[in-house]
Amino acid sequence: MTPRSAELAKPALRRDFATLRDDFPALHQFVHGKPLAYLDNAASSQAPNAVHEAMTQQHRLNHANVHRGVHALSERATKAFEGAREKVRRYISAESNEEIIFTRGTTEAINLVASSLGGVRLRQGDEVLITWMEHHSNIVPWQLLCERTGARLVVAPIDDHGALDVAQFEAKLTERTKIVAIAHVSNALGTVNPVAALTAAAHRAGAIVLIDGAQAMPHLRVDVRGLDCDFYAFSAHKMFGPTGVGVLYGKRSLLASMPPYQGGGDMILTVTFERSTYNALPYKFEAGTPNITGVVGLGAAIDYLERLDFAAVAAHEATLLEYATARLTADVPGVRLIGTAAHKAGVLSFVIDGIHAHDLGTIVDREGVAAHEATLLEYATARLTADVPGVRLIGTAAHKAGVLSFVIDGIHAHDLGTIVDREGVAIRTGHHCAMPVMDRYGVPATARASFAFYNNQSDVDRLIAGLQRAVEIFRG
Amino acid sequence: MDDLQELYREVILDHNRRPRNFGELKDANRVIEGVNPLCGDKMTLYVKVADGKVQDISFKGTGCAISVASSSLMTERVKGATLPATLELFDKVHDLLTGAHSHEPEDLDKLAALGGVREYPTRVKCASLAWHALKAAIADDPADKVTTE
Repeated sequence: MTPRSAELAKPALRRDFATLRDDFPALHQFVHGKPLAYLDNAASSQAPNAVHEAMTQQHRLNHANVHRGVHALSERATKAFEGAREKVRRYISAESNEEIIFTRGTTEAINLVASSLGGVRLRQGDEVLITWMEHHSNIVPWQLLCERTGARLVVAPIDDHGALDVAQFEAKLTERTKIVAIAHVSNALGTVNPVAALTAAAHRAGAIVLIDGAQAMPHLRVDVRGLDCDFYAFSAHKMFGPTGVGVLYGKRSLLASMPPYQGGGDMILTVTFERSTYNALPYKFEAGTPNITGVVGLGAAIDYLERLDFAAVAAHEATLLEYATARLTADVPGVRLIGTAAHKAGVLSFVIDGIHAHDLGTIVDREGVAAHEATLLEYATARLTADVPGVRLIGTAAHKAGVLSFVIDGIHAHDLGTIVDREGVAIRTGHHCAMPVMDRYGVPATARASFAFYNNQSDVDRLIAGLQRAVEIFRG
Repeated sequence: MDDLQELYREVILDHNRRPRNFGELKDANRVIEGVNPLCGDKMTLYVKVADGKVQDISFKGTGCAISVASSSLMTERVKGATLPATLELFDKVHDLLTGAHSHEPEDLDKLAALGGVREYPTRVKCASLAWHALKAAIADDPADKVTTE
């Protein structure tokens, strides 16, 4: 793509998202003497003031244990804690609060399922099916489970663009497949998997499906009943909340049939030295004092995300779409729009004849937030390709979230990371806890820029300037 | 010279572009793998120890400019050195990388270029990996693997 088409996002983004950016104090600081451009959102996103305030309030005035005390502070803490559970349930369209289990994060949520369900469900010779693009946290718990039970870990491959090979995935689903564990959005590549279809296929084979939603939650509005998955795991700190808290959604019937994961306070009804009886859902899976303040912070983050879904975002999307369509048609030679009737649904698909081998050009139908990210991704991809000599993008699946993984010939990712950091730009470099993905593309590490709705075009420009500096240093 | 130029000095860039003593050493009697789990970088160090000396040395692997240059500069410098001199050099380089002394140790010559990492705490391990591998390789009881963690 040429820098001309890269201009397409400019006015719309600045106007609509500038004020939202003010809600995030961390974005307004200098790093190494330069204003911060935070592009490591796939690792941890920044939290808005509303989250900091809710957590401070919880700490300062309502700090007490939940579910036990009869005093006012404990009641307030319990109300805030359970109130957050209800917010999570509503946000992901779960049927009941009994299906929302608070964990330390996505990793613990997956380990909970592997340990509790896996132990009773898997026998020697059974299989667990995952994909090649999984984060280590959706590989290793299953590996451990397989070692314990004699089951086999089966991996569905991905193609050169970073998309899942769905035919291969389906071919690997057999009567031996008992559990399917897949990422909704890849953290290393940004690929969005067709999880509803994959879930349906897995169910036809009789398997139980867990979706790792850590990267999806900040980009997509997730509806667990719509997906019909059996489990959905995510972390607060990737969706504008605090670290140390996450959620396991599970279908009630399954959770009810599973043995407890950890033992301790809060998960029991009665305890004698002979035997204990367990508490009802969701408490059966929440042993010990939970991360109350973290959960309250997650609730505030969800309130914030809910607010983003209103008219302003839709208007932003429409404006952006209209502007992008106009600029593409007018300024990019060889552009061909596909599916113009879909405009109302917010889809703009196009190919640029003879310019691109891969599909830089799909702006996907998502909410305004995602449309903004898609535009940023598009812009960043375009600038990287056009303005940074020797750059090679890793992960160019047609359906992508706001993640840009790339390498530059002759410059190791860590050197890039250090150099752009000195320019005030935060990106992630390394294997992104996805070593199999690195092996698949034959690179030891990549640089990854990942976007949130609060990023703007200037962040992208700063990244490009930093990378150009790296090229200048290394190539002289 | 700004911070970045201090880190990426010309000698570092040169050794990254054209690493010296790169490749397998056929008659090595000490082979050790160095791993930096943080970045997934791996290097293998081949050393031929004989007559109390590092008779020959080479390395292979992938890594950032700092780690490749450090390995390259190291092999160039210690080839032919006695084992006690090599261990003494290890200590000097260690001090250089960690900033144990306010001034750069003497006699380091080209190796002094590695001192730039002091200002980059996350990068010190990149420079030290090869040196830890070397120390383990020439020990009386040589290991076959070291990591930076």
